[in-house]
Amino acid sequence: MSRVMPGTEARLGWIGESVRRVDGIPKTTGEFEYASDLQVAGMLWGHTLRSPYAHARVRAIDLSGALSVAGVHAVLTHSDVPGRKTYGLEFQDQPVLAIDRVRYFGEPVAIVAAEHPEQARRAAERIVVDYEPLVPIVDPERATESEPLHPDPESHVSDHYLRDPRPNVLRTMRIIHGDPDARGDVVVEGTYELGSQDQAFLGPESGLAVPDGKGGVDVYVATQWLHVDREQVAPCLGLPEEQVRIHLAGVGGAFGGREDLSIQIHAALLALHTSRPVKMVYNRQESFSGHVHRHPARIRAEHRATRDGRLVCVQMRILLDGGAYASSSTAVTANATSFACGPYAVPNALIETMSVFTNNPPCGAMRGFGAVQTCFAAEAQMDKLAQALEIDPVELRLLNALGTGDTLPTGQRITSSLPVAEVIRRCAALREPDPEELPRAAIRLPGGAGNTTRGEGVKRGVGFAVGFKNIAYSEGFDDSCAARVRLHEDGSAEVHCAAAEVGQGVTNVILQVARTELATDDVRIAPVTTAAVGSSGSASASRMTWMASGAVRDACRAALVEREARGGGEVDVERVYRHRRTAPLDPETGQVGELPAHVAFACAAMKVIAEVDVELGLTRVVWIGTAQDVGKAVNPQAVEGQIEGGTAQGLGLALMEEIQTRDGLITNASFTDYLIPTALDVPPIVSELVEHPEPDAPYGVKGVGEPPTVVSTAAIVAALRDATGRELARVPVRPDDIVGLQ
Amino acid sequence: MDVLTPRSLDEALRLRAAHPDALPIQGGTDLMVDLNFDRRRPEALLNLNEVAELKGWSRENGVVRLGAGLTYTDAMSAKLAALLPAFSEASRTVGSPQIRNRGTIGGNLGTASPAGDALPPLLISECEVELQSVRGERRLALESFLIGPKRNALAPDELILAVRVRGGLGTQTFMKVGPRNAMVIAVVSLALGVDRERGVLSAAFGSAAPVATLVTAALDDVDSFPEQVAAAASPIDDVRGTGAYRRHALRVLVARALERCLTR
Repeated sequence: MSRVMPGTEARLGWIGESVRRVDGIPKTTGEFEYASDLQVAGMLWGHTLRSPYAHARVRAIDLSGALSVAGVHAVLTHSDVPGRKTYGLEFQDQPVLAIDRVRYFGEPVAIVAAEHPEQARRAAERIVVDYEPLVPIVDPERATESEPLHPDPESHVSDHYLRDPRPNVLRTMRIIHGDPDARGDVVVEGTYELGSQDQAFLGPESGLAVPDGKGGVDVYVATQWLHVDREQVAPCLGLPEEQVRIHLAGVGGAFGGREDLSIQIHAALLALHTSRPVKMVYNRQESFSGHVHRHPARIRAEHRATRDGRLVCVQMRILLDGGAYASSSTAVTANATSFACGPYAVPNALIETMSVFTNNPPCGAMRGFGAVQTCFAAEAQMDKLAQALEIDPVELRLLNALGTGDTLPTGQRITSSLPVAEVIRRCAALREPDPEELPRAAIRLPGGAGNTTRGEGVKRGVGFAVGFKNIAYSEGFDDSCAARVRLHEDGSAEVHCAAAEVGQGVTNVILQVARTELATDDVRIAPVTTAAVGSSGSASASRMTWMASGAVRDACRAALVEREARGGGEVDVERVYRHRRTAPLDPETGQVGELPAHVAFACAAMKVIAEVDVELGLTRVVWIGTAQDVGKAVNPQAVEGQIEGGTAQGLGLALMEEIQTRDGLITNASFTDYLIPTALDVPPIVSELVEHPEPDAPYGVKGVGEPPTVVSTAAIVAALRDATGRELARVPVRPDDIVGLQ
Repeated sequence: MDVLTPRSLDEALRLRAAHPDALPIQGGTDLMVDLNFDRRRPEALLNLNEVAELKGWSRENGVVRLGAGLTYTDAMSAKLAALLPAFSEASRTVGSPQIRNRGTIGGNLGTASPAGDALPPLLISECEVELQSVRGERRLALESFLIGPKRNALAPDELILAVRVRGGLGTQTFMKVGPRNAMVIAVVSLALGVDRERGVLSAAFGSAAPVATLVTAALDDVDSFPEQVAAAASPIDDVRGTGAYRRHALRVLVARALERCLTR
């Protein structure tokens, strides 16, 4: 009798085979247990009181009204945080609960635990917070002339960053490459803007904290990186890490939005305070304040080229609004700067990026991580250049395509795989459907189910774009992944790896690697927890397939060797895999030293056919073809799924997704008003998998989750420009922009 | 929170009179969102979903009577589409199949949102609302029933029984503008009818004034009608769109709808 996870019986797979997701059927039938489904006998419900202001001083908090509500077991504020009062991914600047000031709309101020969630909500309403509203900083352009939101100027400084003494600077970064004054025959300029996108995962933030009766706590939570959660949670609880165990609960989507903590510390505090299990689940509205978002950006770009189309120089100034706390803004800043020019050979460049603090919703990690914003600007510039030079836009891109052996503006030489020209050629060769081949029912036209056109006002456009970004963590981060393999006497195997299954399919990857290495189908995956294995690093940065493959491969091989040496019996082996080392860039020039700043790269090209009702400003993307550099597809069906999902997310940013704010307050915190694409908005997507093995990676794999999101926003807007003849320099593109109302 | 579930219209009216604070719920696609988001905590709900008398539709002497419990899915049936084409097309634009199976005409009138998708097509079909209480029955023109954004003329003891509309009123169509291709709340919507027999053009729009608004003109006024309808609107800027765009779109929609109806 094999011991396999439910669902794996259907079809087992080794590396390179398209296999059904192990969690596919349970998720489809509703049997899968998401974090919001967790239940345990005797549990209380936690609730968070949040700031109604984007910026205010907290003068006093009166809990007496809340404490007298029936069923309430605890009402806690910052003074009840036993350990460190603040936490954060890169800087510990975010209060567990507001101390004397709130800096963004929805910032947690107090937490309540009660028998019933309704009692907790009603009690929270009876907490009286004496706020003194302050003028919010909402315009990132003016942040550096405003009062500092974080008064200690040393609180966000690193040796690796350029010193910038102005107030509210999160990070200033500069790449000076070659001669930034180099002139070209042709110059094109543009100013581009991107709104703030939400990850819009369907499973809201949720989890359950269970006290262990010995002073410690178990936290079951939907997250992306168990061990870094523990690293932040334990000090705030005043506990050693061994007394805090984080377990992965079912994740309903992440996209970067679960890198930062949400309920972890709050639920643990309440559980330890009440000696009862405490569950917390955000509602949809709260979720919009419960996680960081994609950075809104303003980008000024100037591209200079020779008359025959070779890039001579790129200058870019990028402004990112980081919102109220640092989160991972400094790394996003580095990425936006590093990938600003796109995957092109650029001999001279000056890229200057600044991220700032404001009282807008905090921003941090989201799929594409800085490269989405710059790809949108850089690709619009390439199209402008093609137009100015009267060169075919695909030809222009091929002419300047980066490849192995070329040098990035940071001075990093590309020694690994980066087949930019090939993805461009293979994408360009995809045959797009003729108009008559498309379904012509009114519902398939722009406006869709709204029945607004039978063809009146509809124009067709074609867009093309190329994008790239890094895989894994950069700038000297010690990036590792552990895996532990137990071989049993009956020939079966058990794999422990803390890699978070966030829907991307890493569970299948781990199983496929283990089956291949151990040459058996009889492999099961143990529950994902800090209690049984070392850190996997984050399910982020398109790194998890590469890192988990490496760790599981090494642990499997070591286990086989050990069993051989021992002549059989039970074997239990843990191994840690690391990718090659990187180092920070020079803070003054943004140039590499001896070591590279990035581990590896992945690129994608995309061709889009869009139809636009130019009178109503409504759009429908009708076809997308893409070629993506995937290294080696471990599970080709899953790779196509990532490409389709990633493309849809970029489509959302292009056409509809934006967190709207007024004076820092979110005005569309619901899926009624924050729209994400439906099945009628996402067209069929033809995916070409370009497999050039990555020399440094196990099995030649690359990450695949982000390149489609990086490129699709740019490609879709290019198609809209082609259809409308308008500049469309801001996303999401609004109907007003298309019809020319400003 | 109590849930009162009457099984007959009589029982519903008695409960309504006895519990004026109990919020009527029919379908629940608006109300349940408010409850989930913790925006409303009514003392009680008066659940009308089990009242058989409110379901279905009937036809008599050219008047179509739509029960308050008629769902959008019901409204998309071929028979109703033939009688009330704009109403049927509007129903197809509502939400997802799950929402259309659940959402009702009575609920749309009860919410009385300026964006209510059923309201413009009902307005162009000479719509009367049947209201009843233990005190008796009354009928109100839909224009008089809608008194403001999310406000209607329902008395605290009354229930919406049905709406009465005239079927087969010439050619009609419905259009709804939203920033994605399905499942949107109207940024602006339009129902338009051309009644050649009586020589009347009628248009009603949603999301471009405090209430869904009816505009009529003589058939001869075809050329100026788009401008006339746009001028009757008083759209605002909000998270879903700008006032300028709404007025612009309304002009385009009216011209297209006229073309569609006149060439049919």
